[in-house]
Amino acid sequence: MATSDQGMTNPSDGQSAPVPRRRFVEVLLGGGFLATAAAFVYPVLRYLVPPKLSDMGSDSVVAGRVGELKPNSGKIFRFGNRPGLLIRTASGEYRAMSATCTHLSCTVQYRDDLRQVWCACHNGKYDLNGRNISGPPPRPLEGFEVQVRGDEIFVRRRREA
Amino acid sequence: MSPLRNVRGWLDERLGWEGLIAPLRKKTVPLHGLSYWYFLGGITLFLFVIQVLTGILLLLYYRPGANEAFESVQYIMTQVQFGWLIRSIHSWSANLMIFTAFAHMFSVLFLKAYRKPRELTWVSGVILLFLVMGFGFSGYLLPWNTLAFFATKVGTEITGQVPVIGKPLMIFLRGGEDVTAATLSRFFGFHVAVLPGLTTLLILLHVLLVQRLGISIPPKLEVQWTANPSEKREMKFFPNFLLRELMAWYVALGVLGALAALFPWNLGVKADPFVSAPAGIKPEWYFLFMFQTLKLIPPKVWFIDGEVLGVLVFGLVGLLWLLLPFFESDHPSRTKRWITGVAVFALAYVAGMSVYGYLAK
Repeated sequence: MATSDQGMTNPSDGQSAPVPRRRFVEVLLGGGFLATAAAFVYPVLRYLVPPKLSDMGSDSVVAGRVGELKPNSGKIFRFGNRPGLLIRTASGEYRAMSATCTHLSCTVQYRDDLRQVWCACHNGKYDLNGRNISGPPPRPLEGFEVQVRGDEIFVRRRREA
Repeated sequence: MSPLRNVRGWLDERLGWEGLIAPLRKKTVPLHGLSYWYFLGGITLFLFVIQVLTGILLLLYYRPGANEAFESVQYIMTQVQFGWLIRSIHSWSANLMIFTAFAHMFSVLFLKAYRKPRELTWVSGVILLFLVMGFGFSGYLLPWNTLAFFATKVGTEITGQVPVIGKPLMIFLRGGEDVTAATLSRFFGFHVAVLPGLTTLLILLHVLLVQRLGISIPPKLEVQWTANPSEKREMKFFPNFLLRELMAWYVALGVLGALAALFPWNLGVKADPFVSAPAGIKPEWYFLFMFQTLKLIPPKVWFIDGEVLGVLVFGLVGLLWLLLPFFESDHPSRTKRWITGVAVFALAYVAGMSVYGYLAK
């Protein structure tokens, strides 16, 4: 029964079919190393992904008070952890929309000279309904519902139809 | 025997000092009308060392955190003795370093120094340029002012436009969905640990390759000198070229000191996530050409979103730029003219778009 450093004979079938011992050790060791590497890499990769924060804002916030805004002006308010834009049009009507530009998420502002919503970063413009009308923004701003109750101006997300 | 010589002799017996210096003594620098361009890489390295030193000094007082960062930089600038100067040197040196890195790259391009066998020197150099821009981008946020806040918002949002991997990459960079204090912590880590480590390793590789391969000769001259070796002119690197390089560093230090002292860097207004982006907002000058390009692309091109197209095109151009030497001929007498054409166009585009971006409202 011949043996070599490459393998050994398999006693069960009596033939000289070599079981490659070296190969076996290589696979065992290599597999072990891979598993060890995976055991290090996986937790690190998961660690890199930040935990999801819940949006603590409710569906409705007080964006301002009646009388705070002159006609033809606007202000930024906090909607959860994102900014929103409340506008009082020249005719005195209130409008509210997300203040995050749909282009590259700068915070937009109301321009009283243009009577439009304007993003300073890349010169994007929206009309008073939040529709993108010029410049690079690809989509309209998300519009919110405005309700005046007593002295307070409430803004709420539009219900999905 | 002088005491200095004694110390040298003692060290030499133990370290084999002379053996280490021997290759430097053999090294030569080709002498021709354009030899001055060889200083730029060294000046960039010098400015990097200044960045490391002033960066360490700033670390003694800087505190990352949305409620502390701005205040700590304000403290450095108003309370700490010469704090304004250290910060001003750090900011000016950063800008000068990016400028000299760009100048170094274009000089290598026009002198065709990236040709075989120096392809890897070019590749490591372009990666270094990307790293240096990463330094600029991450460091810009650290004072936590309004301009930096929006620049980071836009910059990371652009990363988010890359198909498939963009969104996870953006969340990884920001440390969440939005730019917050978590972003500041991450950028601080990138700026003072990750990037310096990577950059130092890559600079070592880059300089080692320059040592190993020697300094390149412009192709026309290479052909001439090979045909007629008696025309060849060169200068010893040590000490002749090194002393000249040191003088160049001294001049760079003078320019840097003057700029930092006469035009101290502003701090701006503290970042507030609930104010509008201020009118006239622009990124740092070295990102202006990309900023202006993105501004000019229409929202939809065919069926692709404009900014997605912009990001993809910039990514592709960056990749081709990295691989540029592999399109060049191996023979100095048959270098490709179109590569020079591309270089001229790239320089004109970057310069033109930067000026346009600076002047545009």
